[in-house]
Amino acid sequence: MLSTPMFANGGRMKEYHHSGSTECRFSPYAYNGGTVLAVAGEDFAIVASDTRLSEGYSIHSRDSPKCYKLTDTTVLGCSGFHGDCLTLTKIIDARLKMYKHSNNKSMTSGAIAAMLSTILYGRRFFPYYVYNIIGGLDEEGRGAVYSFDPVGSYQRDSYKAGGSASAMLQPLLDNQIGFKNMENVQHLPLTLEKAMQLVKDVFISAAERDVYTGDALKLCIITKEGIKEEMVPLRKD
Amino acid sequence: MALFDVIVSKAPWEIRGQFFGTGPKPLVDRTSHFTFGTKTQEFSVPPSAFLKSCSDDGGVSIDMNHGTTTLAFKFRHGVIVAVDSRASAGSYIDAKEFNKVIEINPYLLGTMSGSAADCQYWERLLAKECRLYKLRNKERISVSAASKLLSNMMCAYKGMGLSVGSMICGWDKKGPGLYYVDDDGTRMSGRMFSTGSGNSYAYGVVDSGYREDLTVEEAYELGRRGIAHATHRDSYSGGVVNLYHMQEDGWIKVCKEDVSELLHKYRKGMF
Repeated sequence: MLSTPMFANGGRMKEYHHSGSTECRFSPYAYNGGTVLAVAGEDFAIVASDTRLSEGYSIHSRDSPKCYKLTDTTVLGCSGFHGDCLTLTKIIDARLKMYKHSNNKSMTSGAIAAMLSTILYGRRFFPYYVYNIIGGLDEEGRGAVYSFDPVGSYQRDSYKAGGSASAMLQPLLDNQIGFKNMENVQHLPLTLEKAMQLVKDVFISAAERDVYTGDALKLCIITKEGIKEEMVPLRKD
Repeated sequence: MALFDVIVSKAPWEIRGQFFGTGPKPLVDRTSHFTFGTKTQEFSVPPSAFLKSCSDDGGVSIDMNHGTTTLAFKFRHGVIVAVDSRASAGSYIDAKEFNKVIEINPYLLGTMSGSAADCQYWERLLAKECRLYKLRNKERISVSAASKLLSNMMCAYKGMGLSVGSMICGWDKKGPGLYYVDDDGTRMSGRMFSTGSGNSYAYGVVDSGYREDLTVEEAYELGRRGIAHATHRDSYSGGVVNLYHMQEDGWIKVCKEDVSELLHKYRKGMF
Protein backbone atom coordinates (compact mmCIF):
# COMPACT_ATOMS: atom_id res chain seq x y z
CA MET A 1 0.00 0.00 0.00
CA LEU A 2 1.32 3.45 -0.82
CA SER A 3 1.85 5.61 2.25
CA THR A 4 3.83 8.78 2.75
CA PRO A 5 6.18 7.53 5.47
CA MET A 6 7.67 5.01 3.03
CA PHE A 7 8.76 7.81 0.72
CA ALA A 8 9.80 10.30 3.36
CA ASN A 9 13.46 9.22 3.47
CA GLY A 10 14.15 10.45 -0.06
CA GLY A 11 12.69 7.34 -1.66
CA ARG A 12 14.52 4.81 0.52
CA MET A 13 12.36 2.54 2.59
CA LYS A 14 12.34 3.16 6.32
CA GLU A 15 14.41 0.60 8.16
CA TYR A 16 12.57 -1.23 10.85
CA HIS A 17 14.86 -2.38 13.61
CA HIS A 18 15.17 -1.94 17.31
CA SER A 19 17.80 0.58 18.31
CA GLY A 20 19.20 0.60 21.81
CA SER A 21 19.58 -2.11 24.44
CA THR A 22 16.92 -4.69 25.25
CA GLU A 23 16.02 -5.73 28.77
CA CYS A 24 14.70 -9.19 29.42
CA ARG A 25 13.43 -9.93 32.88
CA PHE A 26 12.89 -13.36 34.33
CA SER A 27 9.25 -13.79 35.29
CA PRO A 28 8.45 -16.38 37.91
CA TYR A 29 4.94 -16.73 36.47
CA ALA A 30 3.50 -18.17 33.26
CA TYR A 31 -0.08 -18.28 32.10
CA ASN A 32 -1.37 -21.76 31.31
CA GLY A 33 -5.00 -20.93 30.61
CA GLY A 34 -8.02 -23.08 31.35
CA THR A 35 -11.52 -22.42 32.61
CA VAL A 36 -13.22 -23.69 35.76
CA LEU A 37 -16.89 -23.57 36.69
CA ALA A 38 -18.85 -24.54 39.78
CA VAL A 39 -22.61 -24.64 40.38
CA ALA A 40 -24.43 -25.39 43.66
CA GLY A 41 -27.92 -26.86 43.83
CA GLU A 42 -30.24 -27.81 46.65
CA ASP A 43 -28.49 -31.10 47.41
CA PHE A 44 -25.68 -31.31 44.85
CA ALA A 45 -22.71 -29.39 43.51
CA ILE A 46 -20.97 -29.61 40.13
CA VAL A 47 -17.36 -28.62 39.51
CA ALA A 48 -16.29 -28.62 35.85
CA SER A 49 -13.11 -27.70 34.03
CA ASP A 50 -11.66 -28.01 30.57
CA THR A 51 -8.53 -30.14 30.12
CA ARG A 52 -6.33 -28.00 27.89
CA LEU A 53 -2.93 -26.86 29.17
CA SER A 54 -1.45 -24.11 27.02
CA GLU A 55 1.35 -21.56 27.08
CA GLY A 56 1.48 -18.70 24.61
CA TYR A 57 0.60 -20.16 21.20
CA SER A 58 1.38 -23.79 22.13
CA ILE A 59 -0.62 -26.52 23.75
CA HIS A 60 1.35 -28.55 26.28
CA SER A 61 -1.35 -31.13 26.93
CA ARG A 62 -4.90 -31.97 25.97
CA ASP A 63 -5.47 -34.09 29.06
CA SER A 64 -4.73 -31.90 32.05
CA PRO A 65 -7.94 -31.47 34.06
CA LYS A 66 -8.11 -28.70 36.61
CA CYS A 67 -10.46 -30.33 39.14
CA TYR A 68 -8.83 -31.85 42.22
CA LYS A 69 -10.75 -34.06 44.62
CA LEU A 70 -10.04 -32.93 48.21
CA THR A 71 -12.51 -34.95 50.32
CA ASP A 72 -15.63 -37.05 49.67
CA THR A 73 -17.71 -33.88 49.69
CA THR A 74 -15.38 -31.26 48.22
CA VAL A 75 -13.68 -30.63 44.89
CA LEU A 76 -11.27 -27.77 44.10
CA GLY A 77 -10.94 -26.25 40.66
CA CYS A 78 -7.85 -24.14 40.00
CA SER A 79 -6.68 -22.38 36.84
CA GLY A 80 -3.91 -19.92 36.09
CA PHE A 81 -0.29 -20.88 36.47
CA HIS A 82 -0.04 -24.69 36.48
CA GLY A 83 3.09 -24.78 38.66
CA ASP A 84 1.34 -22.89 41.44
CA CYS A 85 -1.81 -25.06 41.03
CA LEU A 86 0.25 -28.21 41.65
CA THR A 87 2.07 -26.81 44.68
CA LEU A 88 -1.11 -25.38 46.16
CA THR A 89 -3.00 -28.69 45.86
CA LYS A 90 -0.04 -30.51 47.46
CA ILE A 91 -0.11 -28.11 50.40
CA ILE A 92 -3.88 -28.41 50.78
CA ASP A 93 -3.68 -32.23 50.73
CA ALA A 94 -1.05 -32.17 53.46
CA ARG A 95 -3.08 -29.76 55.60
CA LEU A 96 -6.20 -31.93 55.15
CA LYS A 97 -4.28 -34.98 56.34
CA MET A 98 -2.94 -33.09 59.37
CA TYR A 99 -6.44 -31.95 60.29
CA LYS A 100 -7.76 -35.50 59.93
CA HIS A 101 -5.06 -36.86 62.20
CA SER A 102 -5.48 -34.16 64.87
CA ASN A 103 -9.27 -33.92 64.89
CA ASN A 104 -10.34 -37.41 63.81
CA LYS A 105 -12.72 -36.10 61.15
CA SER A 106 -12.61 -34.71 57.61
CA MET A 107 -12.63 -30.99 56.99
CA THR A 108 -15.97 -29.50 55.96
CA SER A 109 -16.25 -27.39 52.78
CA GLY A 110 -16.56 -24.17 54.76
CA ALA A 111 -13.47 -24.99 56.81
CA ILE A 112 -11.46 -25.84 53.68
CA ALA A 113 -12.49 -22.50 52.17
CA ALA A 114 -11.38 -20.56 55.25
CA MET A 115 -8.09 -22.47 55.34
CA LEU A 116 -7.42 -21.86 51.65
CA SER A 117 -7.96 -18.15 52.24
CA THR A 118 -5.22 -18.03 54.87
CA ILE A 119 -2.86 -20.22 52.77
CA LEU A 120 -3.26 -17.83 49.83
CA TYR A 121 -2.85 -14.74 52.02
CA GLY A 122 0.34 -16.18 53.51
CA ARG A 123 1.84 -15.45 50.11
CA ARG A 124 0.39 -11.94 49.92
CA PHE A 125 3.63 -10.45 48.65
CA PHE A 126 4.48 -13.20 46.15
CA PRO A 127 1.08 -14.63 45.30
CA TYR A 128 0.07 -18.02 44.01
CA TYR A 129 -1.10 -17.13 40.54
CA VAL A 130 -4.17 -19.33 40.76
CA TYR A 131 -7.88 -18.64 40.48
CA ASN A 132 -9.61 -21.10 42.79
CA ILE A 133 -13.19 -22.27 43.04
CA ILE A 134 -14.30 -24.82 45.63
CA GLY A 135 -17.49 -26.81 45.12
CA GLY A 136 -19.01 -29.19 47.61
CA LEU A 137 -21.70 -29.96 50.14
CA ASP A 138 -21.96 -28.07 53.41
CA GLU A 139 -22.69 -29.66 56.80
CA GLU A 140 -26.43 -29.65 56.10
CA GLY A 141 -26.01 -31.41 52.76
CA ARG A 142 -26.77 -28.32 50.65
CA GLY A 143 -24.60 -27.40 47.68
CA ALA A 144 -21.93 -24.75 48.32
CA VAL A 145 -19.56 -22.89 46.02
CA TYR A 146 -16.71 -20.71 47.30
CA SER A 147 -14.75 -18.48 44.90
CA PHE A 148 -11.35 -16.90 45.58
CA ASP A 149 -9.07 -14.25 44.16
CA PRO A 150 -5.31 -14.97 43.92
CA VAL A 151 -4.58 -13.50 47.37
CA GLY A 152 -7.32 -15.14 49.37
CA SER A 153 -10.42 -12.93 49.37
CA TYR A 154 -13.40 -15.26 49.18
CA GLN A 155 -17.10 -15.63 49.60
CA ARG A 156 -19.83 -18.19 49.19
CA ASP A 157 -21.81 -18.13 45.93
CA SER A 158 -24.35 -20.35 44.23
CA TYR A 159 -22.44 -20.38 40.93
CA LYS A 160 -19.13 -19.03 39.66
CA ALA A 161 -16.89 -19.22 36.61
CA GLY A 162 -13.13 -18.64 36.83
CA GLY A 163 -10.17 -18.73 34.49
CA SER A 164 -9.65 -17.56 30.92
CA ALA A 165 -13.27 -17.73 29.70
CA SER A 166 -14.80 -16.55 32.99
CA ALA A 167 -15.90 -13.18 31.60
CA MET A 168 -17.82 -15.00 28.86
CA LEU A 169 -19.43 -17.63 31.08
CA GLN A 170 -20.35 -15.60 34.16
CA PRO A 171 -22.95 -13.37 32.43
CA LEU A 172 -24.56 -16.46 30.86
CA LEU A 173 -24.80 -18.12 34.26
CA ASP A 174 -26.21 -14.90 35.77
CA ASN A 175 -28.97 -15.07 33.21
CA GLN A 176 -29.74 -18.80 33.31
CA ILE A 177 -29.26 -19.62 36.98
CA GLY A 178 -29.69 -16.20 38.60
CA PHE A 179 -32.57 -15.18 36.27
CA LYS A 180 -31.00 -11.76 35.88
CA ASN A 181 -32.18 -9.39 33.14
CA MET A 182 -35.30 -11.44 32.55
CA GLU A 183 -38.82 -10.35 33.37
CA ASN A 184 -41.92 -12.42 34.09
CA VAL A 185 -39.97 -15.63 34.46
CA GLN A 186 -40.71 -18.28 37.04
CA HIS A 187 -37.75 -18.84 39.37
CA LEU A 188 -37.55 -22.63 39.30
CA PRO A 189 -34.97 -24.29 41.53
CA LEU A 190 -32.06 -25.83 39.66
CA THR A 191 -32.25 -29.62 39.15
CA LEU A 192 -29.19 -31.81 38.67
CA GLU A 193 -30.10 -32.72 35.08
CA LYS A 194 -30.67 -29.10 34.07
CA ALA A 195 -27.44 -28.03 35.76
CA MET A 196 -25.41 -30.71 33.96
CA GLN A 197 -26.86 -29.81 30.58
CA LEU A 198 -26.24 -26.12 31.26
CA VAL A 199 -22.60 -26.73 32.20
CA LYS A 200 -21.98 -28.76 29.05
CA ASP A 201 -23.64 -26.15 26.83
CA VAL A 202 -21.79 -23.31 28.47
CA PHE A 203 -18.37 -24.95 27.98
CA ILE A 204 -19.15 -25.74 24.35
CA SER A 205 -19.78 -22.00 23.87
CA ALA A 206 -16.56 -21.10 25.70
CA ALA A 207 -14.53 -23.46 23.51
CA GLU A 208 -15.94 -21.72 20.42
CA ARG A 209 -14.64 -18.30 21.36
CA ASP A 210 -11.73 -18.72 23.78
CA VAL A 211 -8.44 -20.09 22.47
CA TYR A 212 -7.31 -21.35 25.87
CA THR A 213 -10.44 -23.45 26.44
CA GLY A 214 -11.17 -26.71 24.62
CA ASP A 215 -10.14 -30.36 24.05
CA ALA A 216 -12.34 -31.98 26.71
CA LEU A 217 -14.58 -31.15 29.64
CA LYS A 218 -14.32 -32.94 32.96
CA LEU A 219 -17.36 -32.78 35.26
CA CYS A 220 -17.29 -33.77 38.93
CA ILE A 221 -20.78 -34.21 40.35
CA ILE A 222 -20.90 -34.15 44.15
CA THR A 223 -23.93 -35.60 45.89
CA LYS A 224 -24.41 -37.32 49.23
CA GLU A 225 -23.73 -40.61 47.43
CA GLY A 226 -20.21 -39.45 46.58
CA ILE A 227 -18.36 -37.93 43.64
CA LYS A 228 -19.08 -39.03 40.06
CA GLU A 229 -16.83 -38.02 37.16
CA GLU A 230 -17.77 -37.55 33.52
CA MET A 231 -15.69 -36.59 30.46
CA VAL A 232 -17.23 -34.80 27.47
CA PRO A 233 -15.24 -34.00 24.30
CA LEU A 234 -14.91 -30.35 23.19
CA ARG A 235 -13.45 -28.64 20.14
CA LYS A 236 -9.79 -29.52 19.65
CA ASP A 237 -8.84 -26.58 17.44
CA MET B 1 12.09 -24.44 46.01
CA ALA B 2 15.24 -22.62 44.93
CA LEU B 3 13.41 -19.32 44.71
CA PHE B 4 12.08 -19.78 48.24
CA ASP B 5 15.59 -20.33 49.57
CA VAL B 6 16.75 -17.14 47.94
CA ILE B 7 13.90 -15.10 49.32
CA VAL B 8 13.34 -16.58 52.74
CA SER B 9 16.81 -17.59 53.92
CA LYS B 10 16.85 -14.36 55.89
CA ALA B 11 14.26 -13.41 58.49
CA PRO B 12 11.92 -10.64 57.26
CA TRP B 13 13.35 -7.97 59.54
CA GLU B 14 16.82 -8.61 58.16
CA ILE B 15 15.54 -8.18 54.63
CA ARG B 16 13.84 -4.94 55.71
CA GLY B 17 17.19 -3.78 57.02
CA GLN B 18 18.65 -4.13 53.54
CA PHE B 19 16.03 -1.99 51.88
CA PHE B 20 15.10 0.54 54.54
CA GLY B 21 18.17 0.71 56.77
CA THR B 22 18.39 -0.83 60.24
CA GLY B 23 15.75 0.18 62.71
CA PRO B 24 13.70 -1.24 65.56
CA LYS B 25 12.36 -4.77 64.99
CA PRO B 26 8.81 -4.63 63.67
CA LEU B 27 5.92 -6.37 65.41
CA VAL B 28 6.15 -10.13 64.88
CA ASP B 29 3.07 -11.60 63.32
CA ARG B 30 1.85 -14.19 65.77
CA THR B 31 -0.41 -16.19 63.46
CA SER B 32 0.19 -19.88 63.82
CA HIS B 33 -0.83 -21.17 60.40
CA PHE B 34 1.77 -23.28 58.61
CA THR B 35 3.35 -22.05 55.43
CA PHE B 36 5.09 -25.02 53.85
CA GLY B 37 8.28 -24.34 52.02
CA THR B 38 9.06 -21.18 53.96
CA LYS B 39 11.38 -21.32 56.90
CA THR B 40 9.71 -18.68 59.03
CA GLN B 41 6.07 -18.10 59.80
CA GLU B 42 6.02 -14.50 58.66
CA PHE B 43 5.26 -13.46 55.11
CA SER B 44 8.04 -13.72 52.55
CA VAL B 45 8.80 -10.17 51.46
CA PRO B 46 10.16 -9.15 48.07
CA PRO B 47 9.94 -5.45 47.22
CA SER B 48 6.38 -4.17 46.80
CA ALA B 49 7.19 -3.07 43.27
CA PHE B 50 7.26 -6.76 42.28
CA LEU B 51 3.49 -7.15 42.38
CA LYS B 52 3.01 -3.99 40.33
CA SER B 53 5.24 -5.38 37.57
CA CYS B 54 3.09 -8.52 37.44
CA SER B 55 0.15 -6.47 36.23
CA ASP B 56 2.03 -5.41 33.11
CA ASP B 57 3.59 -8.71 31.99
CA GLY B 58 2.28 -9.89 28.64
CA GLY B 59 -0.44 -12.45 29.32
CA VAL B 60 0.21 -12.58 33.07
CA SER B 61 -1.97 -10.19 34.97
CA ILE B 62 -2.75 -10.63 38.64
CA ASP B 63 -5.84 -8.57 39.36
CA MET B 64 -7.12 -8.47 42.89
CA ASN B 65 -10.53 -7.40 44.14
CA HIS B 66 -10.72 -3.60 44.76
CA GLY B 67 -12.92 -0.51 44.66
CA THR B 68 -15.79 0.46 46.98
CA THR B 69 -17.91 3.05 48.68
CA THR B 70 -18.52 2.77 52.41
CA LEU B 71 -19.81 5.33 54.86
CA ALA B 72 -20.60 5.61 58.56
CA PHE B 73 -21.86 8.43 60.75
CA LYS B 74 -22.76 8.96 64.40
CA PHE B 75 -26.05 10.57 65.36
CA ARG B 76 -28.29 10.82 68.40
CA HIS B 77 -29.51 7.23 68.22
CA GLY B 78 -26.24 5.46 67.51
CA VAL B 79 -24.10 4.83 64.42
CA ILE B 80 -25.29 4.13 60.87
CA VAL B 81 -23.04 2.00 58.66
CA ALA B 82 -23.76 1.67 54.93
CA VAL B 83 -21.65 -0.11 52.29
CA ASP B 84 -21.96 -1.10 48.63
CA SER B 85 -21.26 -4.67 47.46
CA ARG B 86 -19.16 -4.61 44.29
CA ALA B 87 -15.80 -6.41 44.15
CA SER B 88 -13.92 -5.53 40.96
CA ALA B 89 -10.74 -7.19 39.66
CA GLY B 90 -9.26 -4.80 37.12
CA SER B 91 -12.25 -3.89 34.97
CA TYR B 92 -14.11 -7.17 35.61
CA ILE B 93 -16.80 -7.25 38.27
CA ASP B 94 -15.76 -10.30 40.22
CA ALA B 95 -18.61 -10.27 42.72
CA LYS B 96 -21.90 -8.37 42.69
CA GLU B 97 -22.85 -9.10 46.28
CA PHE B 98 -19.66 -9.12 48.25
CA ASN B 99 -19.99 -8.70 52.00
CA LYS B 100 -17.96 -5.65 53.03
CA VAL B 101 -19.02 -5.49 56.67
CA ILE B 102 -17.42 -7.92 59.09
CA GLU B 103 -19.45 -8.64 62.21
CA ILE B 104 -16.67 -8.87 64.79
CA ASN B 105 -19.04 -9.39 67.73
CA PRO B 106 -22.59 -8.22 68.54
CA TYR B 107 -21.20 -4.81 69.57
CA LEU B 108 -18.48 -4.25 66.96
CA LEU B 109 -18.56 -3.89 63.20
CA GLY B 110 -15.69 -3.41 60.74
CA THR B 111 -16.06 -2.16 57.17
CA MET B 112 -13.76 -3.00 54.28
CA SER B 113 -12.49 -0.92 51.39
CA GLY B 114 -9.39 -1.19 49.24
CA SER B 115 -8.07 -4.67 48.64
CA ALA B 116 -10.67 -7.31 49.51
CA ALA B 117 -8.14 -9.96 50.59
CA ASP B 118 -6.20 -7.56 52.84
CA CYS B 119 -9.36 -6.32 54.57
CA GLN B 120 -10.86 -9.80 54.97
CA TYR B 121 -7.66 -11.25 56.39
CA TRP B 122 -6.73 -8.47 58.83
CA GLU B 123 -10.27 -7.91 60.08
CA ARG B 124 -10.75 -11.63 60.70
CA LEU B 125 -7.51 -11.52 62.62
CA LEU B 126 -8.86 -8.52 64.55
CA ALA B 127 -12.01 -10.52 65.37
CA LYS B 128 -9.80 -13.28 66.77
CA GLU B 129 -7.84 -10.80 68.90
CA CYS B 130 -11.07 -9.21 70.21
CA ARG B 131 -12.33 -12.65 71.24
CA LEU B 132 -9.04 -13.44 73.00
CA TYR B 133 -9.23 -10.06 74.79
CA LYS B 134 -12.68 -10.91 76.07
CA LEU B 135 -11.58 -14.33 77.28
CA ARG B 136 -8.50 -12.96 79.05
CA ASN B 137 -10.04 -9.84 80.61
CA LYS B 138 -13.63 -11.01 81.18
CA GLU B 139 -15.01 -7.86 79.57
CA ARG B 140 -15.66 -6.72 76.02
CA ILE B 141 -12.93 -4.80 74.22
CA SER B 142 -13.49 -1.06 73.73
CA VAL B 143 -13.85 0.39 70.22
CA SER B 144 -10.74 2.48 70.81
CA ALA B 145 -8.64 -0.56 71.71
CA ALA B 146 -9.97 -2.65 68.83
CA SER B 147 -9.16 0.07 66.29
CA LYS B 148 -5.71 0.48 67.87
CA LEU B 149 -5.04 -3.26 67.43
CA LEU B 150 -5.90 -2.99 63.74
CA SER B 151 -3.84 0.15 63.18
CA ASN B 152 -0.81 -1.47 64.87
CA MET B 153 -1.13 -4.43 62.49
CA MET B 154 -1.19 -1.96 59.59
CA CYS B 155 1.85 -0.07 60.88
CA ALA B 156 3.85 -3.31 61.04
CA TYR B 157 3.41 -3.73 57.28
CA LYS B 158 3.63 -0.06 56.36
CA GLY B 159 5.11 0.60 52.94
CA MET B 160 4.68 -2.98 51.73
CA GLY B 161 1.69 -2.34 49.52
CA LEU B 162 -1.28 -3.35 51.65
CA SER B 163 -4.47 -1.50 50.77
CA VAL B 164 -6.94 -1.20 53.66
CA GLY B 165 -9.41 1.60 54.42
CA SER B 166 -11.58 0.47 57.27
CA MET B 167 -14.00 1.92 59.78
CA ILE B 168 -14.38 0.27 63.18
CA CYS B 169 -17.81 1.05 64.67
CA GLY B 170 -19.17 -0.03 68.00
CA TRP B 171 -20.87 0.79 71.23
CA ASP B 172 -18.88 0.50 74.45
CA LYS B 173 -18.83 2.06 77.95
CA LYS B 174 -18.07 5.50 76.47
CA GLY B 175 -21.08 5.33 74.14
CA PRO B 176 -21.10 5.03 70.33
CA GLY B 177 -17.63 4.85 68.78
CA LEU B 178 -16.41 5.34 65.21
CA TYR B 179 -12.78 5.10 64.13
CA TYR B 180 -11.19 5.25 60.68
CA VAL B 181 -8.12 3.01 60.21
CA ASP B 182 -5.87 3.10 57.16
CA ASP B 183 -3.06 1.02 55.63
CA ASP B 184 -0.56 3.84 56.23
CA GLY B 185 -1.24 3.67 59.96
CA THR B 186 -3.81 6.49 60.22
CA ARG B 187 -6.26 6.05 63.07
CA MET B 188 -8.83 8.80 63.65
CA SER B 189 -11.95 9.10 65.73
CA GLY B 190 -14.78 11.14 64.20
CA ARG B 191 -18.47 11.74 63.67
CA MET B 192 -18.61 10.81 60.02
CA PHE B 193 -16.35 9.03 57.54
CA SER B 194 -16.61 7.71 54.03
CA THR B 195 -13.97 5.54 52.34
CA GLY B 196 -13.27 3.97 48.98
CA SER B 197 -13.19 5.09 45.37
CA GLY B 198 -16.69 6.58 45.65
CA ASN B 199 -16.16 8.38 48.95
CA SER B 200 -16.27 11.92 47.59
CA TYR B 201 -19.75 11.38 46.14
CA ALA B 202 -20.99 9.90 49.41
CA TYR B 203 -19.51 12.81 51.42
CA GLY B 204 -21.43 15.28 49.27
CA VAL B 205 -24.74 13.58 49.85
CA VAL B 206 -24.33 12.89 53.56
CA ASP B 207 -22.83 16.31 54.38
CA SER B 208 -25.79 18.09 52.82
CA GLY B 209 -28.41 15.96 54.58
CA TYR B 210 -26.84 15.47 58.00
CA ARG B 211 -28.28 16.88 61.25
CA GLU B 212 -27.39 15.66 64.71
CA ASP B 213 -31.08 15.21 65.59
CA LEU B 214 -32.04 12.96 62.67
CA THR B 215 -34.74 10.42 63.41
CA VAL B 216 -33.84 6.78 62.94
CA GLU B 217 -35.76 6.45 59.65
CA GLU B 218 -34.24 9.66 58.27
CA ALA B 219 -30.76 8.42 59.15
CA TYR B 220 -31.40 5.09 57.36
CA GLU B 221 -32.55 6.99 54.28
CA LEU B 222 -29.50 9.28 54.38
CA GLY B 223 -27.14 6.29 54.51
CA ARG B 224 -28.95 4.56 51.64
CA ARG B 225 -28.91 7.69 49.50
CA GLY B 226 -25.21 8.30 50.13
CA ILE B 227 -24.27 4.86 48.82
CA ALA B 228 -26.83 4.83 46.00
CA HIS B 229 -25.69 8.16 44.53
CA ALA B 230 -22.03 7.20 44.90
CA THR B 231 -22.59 3.95 42.99
CA HIS B 232 -24.33 5.93 40.25
CA ARG B 233 -21.21 8.03 39.61
CA ASP B 234 -18.39 5.66 40.57
CA SER B 235 -17.93 2.74 38.18
CA TYR B 236 -16.14 0.68 40.80
CA SER B 237 -19.07 0.74 43.22
CA GLY B 238 -22.43 -0.93 42.78
CA GLY B 239 -24.57 -3.93 43.66
CA VAL B 240 -26.66 -3.63 46.80
CA VAL B 241 -26.62 -1.31 49.82
CA ASN B 242 -26.02 -3.18 53.08
CA LEU B 243 -27.23 -1.00 55.94
CA TYR B 244 -26.46 -1.59 59.64
CA HIS B 245 -27.52 0.37 62.73
CA MET B 246 -25.30 0.23 65.82
CA GLN B 247 -27.49 0.65 68.89
CA GLU B 248 -26.83 0.54 72.62
CA ASP B 249 -27.69 -3.14 72.86
CA GLY B 250 -25.85 -4.20 69.72
CA TRP B 251 -26.05 -3.80 65.97
CA ILE B 252 -28.98 -4.70 63.72
CA LYS B 253 -28.92 -5.28 60.00
CA VAL B 254 -31.50 -2.88 58.61
CA CYS B 255 -31.75 -3.75 54.96
CA LYS B 256 -30.11 -4.97 51.78
CA GLU B 257 -31.45 -3.09 48.75
CA ASP B 258 -30.48 -3.19 45.11
CA VAL B 259 -28.95 0.10 44.00
CA SER B 260 -30.74 0.19 40.63
CA GLU B 261 -34.10 -0.06 42.32
CA LEU B 262 -33.20 2.72 44.77
CA LEU B 263 -32.03 5.01 41.98
CA HIS B 264 -35.20 4.30 40.04
CA LYS B 265 -37.17 5.41 43.11
CA TYR B 266 -35.14 8.63 43.40
CA ARG B 267 -35.47 9.34 39.69
CA LYS B 268 -37.66 12.37 40.04
CA GLY B 269 -34.72 14.47 41.25
CA MET B 270 -32.36 13.21 38.53
CA PHE B 271 -32.49 13.21 34.76
